Amino acid sequence: MNHVVVAQAASGCDHVLHGCPYPSPSITDFYFSPLFTIGHFQFDKPMLLVLLSTLIVLGFFWAAFRKPQLVPRGIQNIGELGILFVRDQILRPQLGKKGDNWLPFLSALFFFIWINNIWGVIPILYFPATSRFEYPAILTAMVWVLYMGIGIWKQGPLGYLRTLSVPSGAPWWILPLLAPIDFLSNVFIRPFTLSVRLWANMLAGHVLLLVFALATWYLLTWSYELVFSAVSFVVLIGLTALELLIQLLQAFIFTILTAFYISGAYEPAH
Amino acid sequence: MHYHLALVTPPQSEPLVPSWTEVIWGGIAFLIVFVVLWRVLLPRITKVLAERTDAIAGGIERADRAEKEAQRLAEQYRNQLETARHDAARMREESKEEGARIIAQMREQAQAEAARIMQTAQAQIAADRQQAVASLRAEVGTLAVELASKIVGESLADEARQSRVVDRFLAELEASEGEPSGARSSA
Repeated sequence: MNHVVVAQAASGCDHVLHGCPYPSPSITDFYFSPLFTIGHFQFDKPMLLVLLSTLIVLGFFWAAFRKPQLVPRGIQNIGELGILFVRDQILRPQLGKKGDNWLPFLSALFFFIWINNIWGVIPILYFPATSRFEYPAILTAMVWVLYMGIGIWKQGPLGYLRTLSVPSGAPWWILPLLAPIDFLSNVFIRPFTLSVRLWANMLAGHVLLLVFALATWYLLTWSYELVFSAVSFVVLIGLTALELLIQLLQAFIFTILTAFYISGAYEPAH
Repeated sequence: MHYHLALVTPPQSEPLVPSWTEVIWGGIAFLIVFVVLWRVLLPRITKVLAERTDAIAGGIERADRAEKEAQRLAEQYRNQLETARHDAARMREESKEEGARIIAQMREQAQAEAARIMQTAQAQIAADRQQAVASLRAEVGTLAVELASKIVGESLADEARQSRVVDRFLAELEASEGEPSGARSSA
């Protein structure tokens, strides 16, 4: 919201009272002029948020697990809660106990995505870094390389090709139709949906919040429009709560799908 | 800031076309998080979690063992108690029997002793009586003869006659003692 307001303020126009039009949120709200530039390197707000997320995740787990105690206290409890959530709700259902060495990767994925999502409801910053496609895209690229690599390593190129193309239990005569679709789905559509699901959810959530945040501000006048402003504010609060849920949910979905893909790479689906 | 210009002509309007700077930035940021968790922090906590599981499992095992030991001891004590009770009962029974036997024996001894004493006494009495009878017989004979000789005034010194007379008298006396009392009362 703030950059729109700042932009309007920069042009000397910040409120309907001053005869400014309502600045409807658009895709331009997802692009920022760089905070600073070094040569060709431009450091913008999403990069700052990603940096902060990295520091927060590392800082938190450093504080929690730097010197772990047998009898946990304070922040170690919370850290354990988070790690055990990833282990018991995401990793173990997909990969079983033998997949426990994937815990660092899945934990990093879950908390990195979650914290990057959370910026969407933090006042002032108010922008989910994952609503920039670059971040879901690079994470998905890593996941894709991982599960394709493990699949080829564990099942052999032909074996994994078979796992990717032939759904178990399908009768042979449908395979000419089904196998290309399944291959396409598993190899090309999977990474696309994985990244776009996260990105689009965060983008849509941010636009929604922007619509009601801007409406709250621009309808704040001494007239009947005050009612619309108040209603917008109430909706904004509700949507913020909803966004908190979606941010967690999307991080969870991204991570559990990653675990599922990795599990499929280890052995053919049953 | 030229952002108000950017509003009119956005710097980029293709959201799915990535900016490589940000891709690399995001990748590095994630890898840093991953590597630190993988290499430094998660090994520590998984080690502690495993230790905790061990400690808890070990505690349960120890408690199990202690309980088994306690049960074994209780069983042993119960057995010992049972044996002791049994022994005590047996001893009581034995001593009762022993006591009864001793009492019976004592009674038997006492009866034998009593019988013996009784017998001795009876024999003594019989002997005494015999002696008394013999001495009385001699005495009464002598007295009667003396009395009769005084009354008759003549000496019945003839030894043979004297003894015959006395004997006849005593025989008559005994005979009259031996008769039914009715005959005596009618006399």
